[in-house]
Amino acid sequence: MLRYALKRMLSLIVSLIIASAVIFLVVEVAPGDPAAFMLGMNAQPDTVAALRAELGLDLPKWQRYLAWVTGMVQGDFGTSYTYRTPVAQMIADRLWVSLPLALYALALSTLIAFPAGIYAASRRGQTGDVAIMGATQLGVAIPNFWFAMLLVLVFAINLRWFGAGGFPGWDDPYAALRALTLPAIALALPQAAILARVMRSSLLDMLGEDFMRTARAKGLSRNQALWRHALRNALIPVLTIIGLQFSFLLAGAIIIEQVFYLPGLGRLVFQAISARDLIVVESVVMLLVFAVIVVNFAVDLTYALVDPRLRDRT
Amino acid sequence: MHRLTLTAAFTLLASTALAQQTDLTLAIQLEPPHMDPTSAAAGAIDSVLYSNVFEGLTRFGPDGSVNPGLASDWTISDDGLTYTFTLRQNVTFHDGTSMDADDVKFSLDRIGAEDSTNAQKALYAGITDVTVIDPQTVQITLDAPNGNMLFNLAWGDAVIVAPESIETIKQMPIGTGAFKFDEWVQGDRVTLTRNDAYWGDAPALETATFKFISDPTAAFAAVMAQDIDAFSGFPAPENLPQFDADPRFQVIRGSTEGETILSINNKLPPFDDVRVRQAVAHAIDRQAIIDGAMFGLGTPIGTHFAPHNPDYIDLTGQSNYDPEKSRALLAEAGLPDGFTTTLKLPPPSYARRGGEIVAAQLRAVGIQTEITNLEWAQWLEEVFRGKDFGLSIVSHTEPMDISIYARPDYYFQYDNADFQALMKTFDAEADPAKRSNLLAQAQRKIADDYVNGYLFQLSFPTVADARLAGLWENQPTQANDLTGVRWTE
Repeated sequence: MLRYALKRMLSLIVSLIIASAVIFLVVEVAPGDPAAFMLGMNAQPDTVAALRAELGLDLPKWQRYLAWVTGMVQGDFGTSYTYRTPVAQMIADRLWVSLPLALYALALSTLIAFPAGIYAASRRGQTGDVAIMGATQLGVAIPNFWFAMLLVLVFAINLRWFGAGGFPGWDDPYAALRALTLPAIALALPQAAILARVMRSSLLDMLGEDFMRTARAKGLSRNQALWRHALRNALIPVLTIIGLQFSFLLAGAIIIEQVFYLPGLGRLVFQAISARDLIVVESVVMLLVFAVIVVNFAVDLTYALVDPRLRDRT
Repeated sequence: MHRLTLTAAFTLLASTALAQQTDLTLAIQLEPPHMDPTSAAAGAIDSVLYSNVFEGLTRFGPDGSVNPGLASDWTISDDGLTYTFTLRQNVTFHDGTSMDADDVKFSLDRIGAEDSTNAQKALYAGITDVTVIDPQTVQITLDAPNGNMLFNLAWGDAVIVAPESIETIKQMPIGTGAFKFDEWVQGDRVTLTRNDAYWGDAPALETATFKFISDPTAAFAAVMAQDIDAFSGFPAPENLPQFDADPRFQVIRGSTEGETILSINNKLPPFDDVRVRQAVAHAIDRQAIIDGAMFGLGTPIGTHFAPHNPDYIDLTGQSNYDPEKSRALLAEAGLPDGFTTTLKLPPPSYARRGGEIVAAQLRAVGIQTEITNLEWAQWLEEVFRGKDFGLSIVSHTEPMDISIYARPDYYFQYDNADFQALMKTFDAEADPAKRSNLLAQAQRKIADDYVNGYLFQLSFPTVADARLAGLWENQPTQANDLTGVRWTE
């Protein structure tokens, strides 16, 4: 188990180093100067030069890369070019919206998908299965931003149960959760649809295995066998999808954050890209890469927990 | 019976509470990058802070007039070189320090400093000296007479700041205005509260919250759900008729200083031939663009000047929609089969939607365009700085910016000695009648030379709760001056 974990850890570090270089290159290659953007169309060249010097943009690229990476290792992400506040602080503020939103959506999606998937698998080919699979088909096909607009139209504009967007902050946890509810539903439903399908097909695969026949032979009913033996084995592909979905929900909420004007990470990246606030873009993308890699690492470890055979293989 | 009385009492209570409403939630599209209006061109900074938190020596009124601000009075020497400002008494900054002539000197010197990052530094380049006469009097000396100086000092870029608070201004703006900066939740809102020590009339509002909603669909939903009280600069003109019809809302259709133009690279062949530029101008049907791209919002213009300005002259007839004439001009210029050029479009919808229509209209006379959509940062790099473009569509939102035509290195590269001389005379002229006359000449000159295709003056729609009064109708500068805003009934 330890060797397995160490090996995964090493590949994690190598991935991070490669990612930092790629991110820096891609972001810096894109045309556009943050100083020129800030000062607009009437600025004189010497003013732009003064601002570039103030921001440290006049240094050679490799120096800025080294400064960025060494800073990050020490937990210092640098200072935003446009906002002029520490990037780490900005990201932390935004994570207080994005992380709860991602977790909320993931919880909803799992809560919907598990029962739906198990129920469909246990009623294979019957009406319940067909109905659930039809619904998931729809869920996969509907774009989440369109679904979000629909939710706003019905629950915010017509019924007035929720606000149309915005985020009041965590001082009032009830109001905060309320504000995140519609966005979380909009994010969760398409994910739940995918997860339910994976759950169902993974369970059905297990039902054909030899050990299931043995379980039935020793006298368990179909449902008992499903709950006791198939479910645990079917969890591996489901965990993989959940891991991917969490990364997606954290990074991919940009559009949903626009629709509900939430001050989350996605919106920060969106603003930073258009303002060419390079250091913010680089740091947020780096953080997301880090999150994806760490989540994958965690998922790898849980495989080993779920399936003892994996612990010994390495 | 008891219950009835109670209900009545509650209703009464509720309605008195409503009548005394003193808070306002106002949405704008873009969030300010930081809170220092003197070191960025971002209009969003002024949209929140101008006249609310920060004030200059002079200030713009809702009609674009230049009024006394922190200076109650001034005299100008006969040679037009020395301005003596008398400052208001008992003005304090929000941190309690007093505002006096030293702060004025500090603020103006800071604009002109070597390492200044003021986006409009050029406007104040003529200031050679700022002298403190006494705490209430300050004297500004210019190197040449400049009839625009009082106007320029009203810009948000010349507001008075204090040396005590300058270090933290980007996060914690300290000004002299009727509202104090309270809180900024980045990505979401800025809150202002009433400044009880304000030198002028106390505003009716106690708190004002600015929300930032960039997505047009989200903007519509927020107004419809009444999450916000007003949206200044509403981004979806197609929804306005719906608000018109809804008694809960009022729609204010104001004007801006934004001349939306089809800018032409005057140095790039074949646009260096005035006949080609004239052909472009005649190929364009302004009303079709206003209707198609802006859903009817916008006033056609025939030169680079705001129609609501008293000095504006209507020259739209000189470049009327006449495709026949356009084709004839192209033939005369040796291009009977037309030519191909680039059309580079920045993100705003006036450019993206307008660009498609302009391209179709140009195609009808034989001019083919390759459309490229750019982000602002790319546009600034490629078009504005690199001058690598044939045509572009941009709204020039700075007030009274016809003088950009006197800068030969400006991105559309109009280099005309007569116009430059005209602007020099204008800058030095102080007599209002003569200034009007010179402005008329300037407008005619650039229309005669067909420097750019002049499309329309950008409109500024505000959707607000029907009970709100005192919002600015027009945008003489980007601002949401809340000092006069109040709830009626």
